Amino acid sequence: MKLEVEKVTKRFTVKGTPAVFDASFVAAEGGITTLLGPSGSGKTTLLRLVAGLERADEGRILFDGKDISRLPVHERGLGFVFQGFALFPHMTVRRNISFPLEVKGVEPKTRDERVDELLSLVQLEGYGERYPRQLSGGQRQRVGFARALASRPPVLLLDEPFGALDTQVRVELRRWVAELHTKANLTSVMVTHDQEEALELSQRIVVLDRGKVVQVGTPREVYDAPKSSFVASFVGSANVLSGTVDGNKATLVVRPHEVRLARKGRGSVGTVIRIVSLGASVKLQVTLPSNQQVTVQIPRGEADTLALKVGDRVAVELGTPKVFFEDYAI
Amino acid sequence: MASGHPQVVTLTEPRPVRWAVIAVGLLFLALFVVLPVVSVFVQAFEEGVDGYLAAITRDETWSAIKLTLLTAAIAVPLNVIFGVAAAWLISKYKFPGKNLLITVIDLPFSVSPVISGLIFVLLFGARGVLGGWLGEHDIQVIFAVPGIVLATVFVTFPFVAREVLPLMQDLGNDEEEAALTLGAGGWRIFFQVTLPKIKWGLLYGIILCNARAMGEFGAVSVVSGHIRGETNTMPLQVEILYNEYDFVGAFAVASLLALLAMVTLVLKKGIELLQMRARS
Repeated sequence: MKLEVEKVTKRFTVKGTPAVFDASFVAAEGGITTLLGPSGSGKTTLLRLVAGLERADEGRILFDGKDISRLPVHERGLGFVFQGFALFPHMTVRRNISFPLEVKGVEPKTRDERVDELLSLVQLEGYGERYPRQLSGGQRQRVGFARALASRPPVLLLDEPFGALDTQVRVELRRWVAELHTKANLTSVMVTHDQEEALELSQRIVVLDRGKVVQVGTPREVYDAPKSSFVASFVGSANVLSGTVDGNKATLVVRPHEVRLARKGRGSVGTVIRIVSLGASVKLQVTLPSNQQVTVQIPRGEADTLALKVGDRVAVELGTPKVFFEDYAI
Repeated sequence: MASGHPQVVTLTEPRPVRWAVIAVGLLFLALFVVLPVVSVFVQAFEEGVDGYLAAITRDETWSAIKLTLLTAAIAVPLNVIFGVAAAWLISKYKFPGKNLLITVIDLPFSVSPVISGLIFVLLFGARGVLGGWLGEHDIQVIFAVPGIVLATVFVTFPFVAREVLPLMQDLGNDEEEAALTLGAGGWRIFFQVTLPKIKWGLLYGIILCNARAMGEFGAVSVVSGHIRGETNTMPLQVEILYNEYDFVGAFAVASLLALLAMVTLVLKKGIELLQMRARS
């Protein structure tokens, strides 16, 4: 199975900037491909275009080489998991999950067996007769997954599936989704604005910015070799500084954990303005002579040895920052 | 008492003021609501139960009751279909002229019912736009049942749409989109997903629509022609009987309409309670 999105454009208004512009990416068998971007980057629109909930103005969407861009939603047969769960409130969990099977005309007996199978897959055995309002958020979203999986779609589309959940439930459900994908060998395209989620779950990340795909790669590639200062600062935390390199104006990007601090040594001398202890590591805010601030994250042991206080002068070494010659306003 | 809860004291009016306010409210209610309703029933039963039944089952009155039921039986289903279709269209699709449609739905509310009736006379009457054609084909609309039904449909069409539309807009499209991705077609989505979501609002709209369809006077009066035993609905029959000083007859029919109003209010309240329970 292979899902290809080719040069897709979608405009909601005739004049304004397109919601999605000339976007291309490929999602291959197994694992999660993540569409990552800030709000307004067009990631949800792109997912809805793939599902068929919106029609693309230009470009093609291919499924196993076949053009599906003109097919209506139900003929594409892709599973969709919604941010707000979108369960049918007047139906029990069992009927919710069995709905797509009813639509397909599956026999009641086969239907029941499949629903039991799914209830156990999402660890909700014994919850079949409850109504959605009697479940917690995490449980509701697991019903959402079960319902989307019922008719064995080749691809699942996940629209911010953890967006409506509390932090703790989110972390749990994230782990559960990762296991589910391994266990049931699922292929998914997921939308998120949470870079941590993307780094943890994805096999491949598609970074979007203002309707355009700006980089595609594995989490490692996107994190280690960002193609722009936008990607660098959006995926993983980063200090974005302006400076000059070889006489040209440049943007320098350096991760907080890459910065080295010393009581005395090379590098420019800055002033500590804030110290936050995060348990295993310590985060410091340092003002450079150029009046720009850098965030530095160092292991607890190192911080204890340095014994810095707010107001102390400290030597800052930026290591090997990534350099971008671009006009990019953050 | 005051030391622990000083705010209670400041929020509570002195006892005489409280009683005075309550008394004014009750007096007003008694004078303008209870007294008229009671007097309708008192007048209707002036000649006893037998007199009441005789008044209602008289040929002319009985045919007015039947015509009213027939009119409501046609107008209400039509407006349910129209109202739900319009609400569906407005809440689920973007199209040019959408705001115009929303405004037009409210038109019967803002136009005097007499004008509503007159519109149909001007359209279908003997000298109306379509009058010539209708006359040639021997189709009678004005001063006949079709005209009464048309006028009633027009006057009552906002009720269902106005109840259902805000509900559909509020509840959003998520469940419908989910059903779509699960392979369901339009009719299945409507009957299995949308209708259960809006059922209480729809029922509410139907009841209000029905009450108005049975009680409409102005528009129907203009198109009816007041032909006894043929084109008189219940409200028109009340007027005729009253003008003829047949008070028992007039109030007997009026009591039926009053009863309809009370049943409508009870059902309305009941639906509100059910709706609240369904949400909690």
